[in-house]
Amino acid sequence: MSQPLLELRHITKRFPGVVANDRVSLEVYPGEVLALLGENGAGKSTLISILYGLYRPDEGEILLEGQPVRIASPVHALRLGIGLVPQHPLLVNRHTVAENLALGIGGSLFPAQRIAPLIERLAHTYGLEVDPKAPVYGLSPGEKQRVEIVRALLRGVKVLVLDEPTSVLTPQEAQSLFRVMRELRSAGKSLIFISHKLEEVLAISNRCTVLRQGKVVGSLPTAEASKPTLAEMMVGRSVSFERKRSEPRLGEVLLEVENLRARSSRGLSALRGVSFQLRAGEVLGIAGVAGNGQSELVEVLAGLRRAEGGRVVLEGKPIAANPASLFESGVAHIPEDRIRMGTVPTMTVAENLALREFHKPPLAKGFLRDLAACEREAWAKVQEYAVATPSVHTPARLLSGGNIQKVILARELSHRAKLILAVHPTYGLDIGATEQVHKVLLGKTYEGAGVLLVSEDLEELLSLSDRIAVLHHGELKGPFRVSQTSREEIGLLMMGGDPGRPKQDAQH
Amino acid sequence: MIRLVPEPNPPRYRALWVTLGAILVAFVIAGTVFSAYGVSPLGAYRAMLEGTLFDPKGLQEVFRRTIPLLLIGVGLTLAFRTQFFNIGAEGQVLLGAVFAAGVALFVPLPAALTLPVMFVAGALGGAFWCLIAAGLKSRLGVNEILTTLMLNYVAQYMVIYLINGPWKGKDARGYIYSDQFAAPARIPVIPGTDVHWPTLLLGILLALALQFLLARTTFGYAMRVVGENPGAARYAGISTARVVLLVALLTGGAAGLAGVGEVAGIHHRLIEPLQLSSGYGFTAVIVAWLARGNPALVLLTAPLMGTILAGGDLLKVSLNMPLRVVDVFSGVMLMCLIASEVFVRNRVRWGR
Amino acid sequence: MDEILNAFARALSFGTPLLLASLGAIVNERAGVVNLGVEGMMAVGALAGFAVAYGSGTGDGNLFLAVLAAMGAGTLASLLHAFVTITLQANQFVSGLALTMLGVGVAGLLGKRFEGLPLFNQPPELPFTILAIGLALGLALAFRVTRWGLILRSVGENPAAADALGINVLGVRYLAVGIGGAMAGLAGAFLSLVYRPSWTDGMTAGLGWIAVALVIFVGWSPLRAIFGSIFFGLLYYLQFRLQGQSGIPTEVFASLPYLLVILVLALSGLRGQQGNAPESLGKPYQRGER
Repeated sequence: MSQPLLELRHITKRFPGVVANDRVSLEVYPGEVLALLGENGAGKSTLISILYGLYRPDEGEILLEGQPVRIASPVHALRLGIGLVPQHPLLVNRHTVAENLALGIGGSLFPAQRIAPLIERLAHTYGLEVDPKAPVYGLSPGEKQRVEIVRALLRGVKVLVLDEPTSVLTPQEAQSLFRVMRELRSAGKSLIFISHKLEEVLAISNRCTVLRQGKVVGSLPTAEASKPTLAEMMVGRSVSFERKRSEPRLGEVLLEVENLRARSSRGLSALRGVSFQLRAGEVLGIAGVAGNGQSELVEVLAGLRRAEGGRVVLEGKPIAANPASLFESGVAHIPEDRIRMGTVPTMTVAENLALREFHKPPLAKGFLRDLAACEREAWAKVQEYAVATPSVHTPARLLSGGNIQKVILARELSHRAKLILAVHPTYGLDIGATEQVHKVLLGKTYEGAGVLLVSEDLEELLSLSDRIAVLHHGELKGPFRVSQTSREEIGLLMMGGDPGRPKQDAQH
Repeated sequence: MIRLVPEPNPPRYRALWVTLGAILVAFVIAGTVFSAYGVSPLGAYRAMLEGTLFDPKGLQEVFRRTIPLLLIGVGLTLAFRTQFFNIGAEGQVLLGAVFAAGVALFVPLPAALTLPVMFVAGALGGAFWCLIAAGLKSRLGVNEILTTLMLNYVAQYMVIYLINGPWKGKDARGYIYSDQFAAPARIPVIPGTDVHWPTLLLGILLALALQFLLARTTFGYAMRVVGENPGAARYAGISTARVVLLVALLTGGAAGLAGVGEVAGIHHRLIEPLQLSSGYGFTAVIVAWLARGNPALVLLTAPLMGTILAGGDLLKVSLNMPLRVVDVFSGVMLMCLIASEVFVRNRVRWGR
Repeated sequence: MDEILNAFARALSFGTPLLLASLGAIVNERAGVVNLGVEGMMAVGALAGFAVAYGSGTGDGNLFLAVLAAMGAGTLASLLHAFVTITLQANQFVSGLALTMLGVGVAGLLGKRFEGLPLFNQPPELPFTILAIGLALGLALAFRVTRWGLILRSVGENPAAADALGINVLGVRYLAVGIGGAMAGLAGAFLSLVYRPSWTDGMTAGLGWIAVALVIFVGWSPLRAIFGSIFFGLLYYLQFRLQGQSGIPTEVFASLPYLLVILVLALSGLRGQQGNAPESLGKPYQRGER
């Protein structure tokens, strides 16, 4: 084969206490897609940060077209021809697409206006549709991603790194991304595709490199790879792809939502007549691309947002409109944002565990808090949920993401939880913590609780839910029994399509 | 370039050393300004020290200034803990003074009841002034720093209007002030001094009470959650608006009490606003900042700033410097304190 | 008719320092830094301007140099704020407050020897007013169509995005804060050289605070700042005009501007104006917080 465009040789990066990358070597050739696979914490992010000039490696070298380079900063990386499409687009929301793209390269006068034709030309060449005049805040996650790709292309990159690009896309949007990737590949660009979704890797890449615990455990042509082999390489043991859910024990109707309407914080209509029922012992999954009303639905059910119309009935009674009394009546809420909402990072583990019931016996007598009781209860919960913390007096901010989530679970679930609102409950957690969260949630359903599981991860939804509904533009499709639906059907609904009459191209 | 390396678990006494360092730097910078004015900084500091802590008369002055700083500062620690930046204590002091003076001058009361009613009225006055800003903040999201500041000016003009108009004293000819308060409306002092000890006692009790409130009560817990993570407060159903209103009530009320102390303990009449409270509200911001959100620590920081205020006054008399000296001190001190904050949680590295 | 023309002329004159100072504040706030120290920077600028204009004691020093000195003093004061809030990441609101105390204090202290001294060459107001309006128009244009404006706005909206593209976020913020200081200094010079050629302690009289509030009122738009400052100028004029003419006590008029600021902020709150604020306003930027 010809010379690799980009080559990493024995890259090592250490952080206090961990070796994030341990003698990692890989190479990418012109006109190919290299998939970089690995679990959370396998060292993918560190490697990207090194490639993009955010970190400098402790050892090893990087060769670009055979020449050793030292990448000093993201801008330097771009100048060398290495572009990154980050997982969370780094765009100025209030600016237009053209203004965003002109930043850092436009001329002194009319930078945005002058760059617009260039954008349109690139869009045409690679099938990347973006409107230069559109403000970024109105774009879908897929469109924002395209802006990032255009940005890299505008700067003439030769190597494009895509960091988990499909994590926020529907399967159909992902297909259209793959089309763009194929165009880029045939134009001779090198692409590094980071993912842990095996189907996608098999569908788009030419070669795979798998990282585990900072080391390359294998590199092979995709043609020779299969889902089980890749999974085993990633995890280090054989993985079952079975559904985690055993037969549910369904009870009475627990939650009844009828024609629910609500507005978003921006005042836009976010829920347009949502209706569904959730039975005791059931897991109802809510799928959808972020921003289609999921947050608003959960907020209404958790008492954090006022409904504009409709009815929400819990065990036959209309729900109260404040989070404290809802918790009282058995609504547990595992929020999307563990740091800004779920915990007070500066307060101790014990204090965080008391957040819901600090004002009630046994944690308080009248106005006085019973600190001894708080500590006792905290130790009990820490043990029950196996929270790894030096002490209950440790500030929550010093805990890992998984342990913070355990603190939240311990607080929310330990007490007569009937309806559990779980939003992205395993986002950013490692395999062990993810499994534990899943086990706890499912365990609660066998005790008679109903779970409303909101997730962007279709795998998670399909593996845990009994029924799945899809939110699109504030309208709910379904719920459908998981056994009677498919990934593709759900994906189409997420796009606003209708699986009854499948459209040829869901993009238009 | 300076680079900051965060330390998740800083050594225990780091905050103390950093704070002391900041105070030292503040003295150096203020000294430079003195030099520019043509006064030897060392001489000035010596005069300040000798004239305050080592002089019975001066010590009295220190106490006199410590009392309002203690009351206001204690209230402000709570306000800052809940991210309510009340910069309007100055105005709230004035309102407290106005309400107390109103009771003293115009409400016929049994002698034994006069002072308690004045204190209550003063606290209500200060609280009312602060609640305007708190209400605007929680209702309309209006920045409380600007509103409380503007209300300072309004309070000043209100006092001037009163003592130059309807409340103008019978014996005040060219000057503007109200009539003198009758004996029952004067706070007793330690004989031979003008240290009005009941107000001092009130301040000490308030410091301890609010420390207890913060550490051991459900209100205190709610305040800390609101101040440290408003998102979590919303999530748990703790009403931020209610907590902010409660805090405003306490912080404004405490400042109002300080106003009562000034009119009923020292001046015995309502006088010009700039003489009544020459920047106590602003100095107390520093008192509270130094105490790092702990009401009980104000028992230490208030006397410290009280000494500096008394010393500044001394410079005015002995070195013929304008009263703005105190503003310079306060500004430099506050600037150094907030600038030093970062060194508590970070280590400093030079280079990239 | 004359009455109306006169009112308008006075409104422009009162509005000029407001416009200058608030344009400066718009620049630093658009870059993401709040500086509540406008009052202090104005005071320092006013004193520096007067001191240089007073010159060797003849009362007719070089006016051009005086204006430059005022702007320089304002910039210097603002850079203190920049260092504390940008490099040391301290609370921007409290730092601004400290800067006001410090600025007003230092100006009062060092200005004592200039109190009551006369200044003989009073420059005309009009050039300053024209300059202020010209700057507002230029700034509005610069925000919209220049690379510089784009960079400045990006830094205030999403500094991480700007940083990733090689824009020196901290540098841009320092520059913006410096410009804000220079403009506040210029506004101070207008007060002590043009409007009332003299130095008195406390001559800024809360104008700096009103300028800060004006920025919120006009939704961070330089164009609307022109009208906003004329509006406030008109109110000042009315305050003086109506004083003593009605049975209303003078103190009511004197406190009117402050009450108006509160009213204006409340109105901005009602209209949801706060939503116009740059997204990262008031937040320190630190790398690696992505």
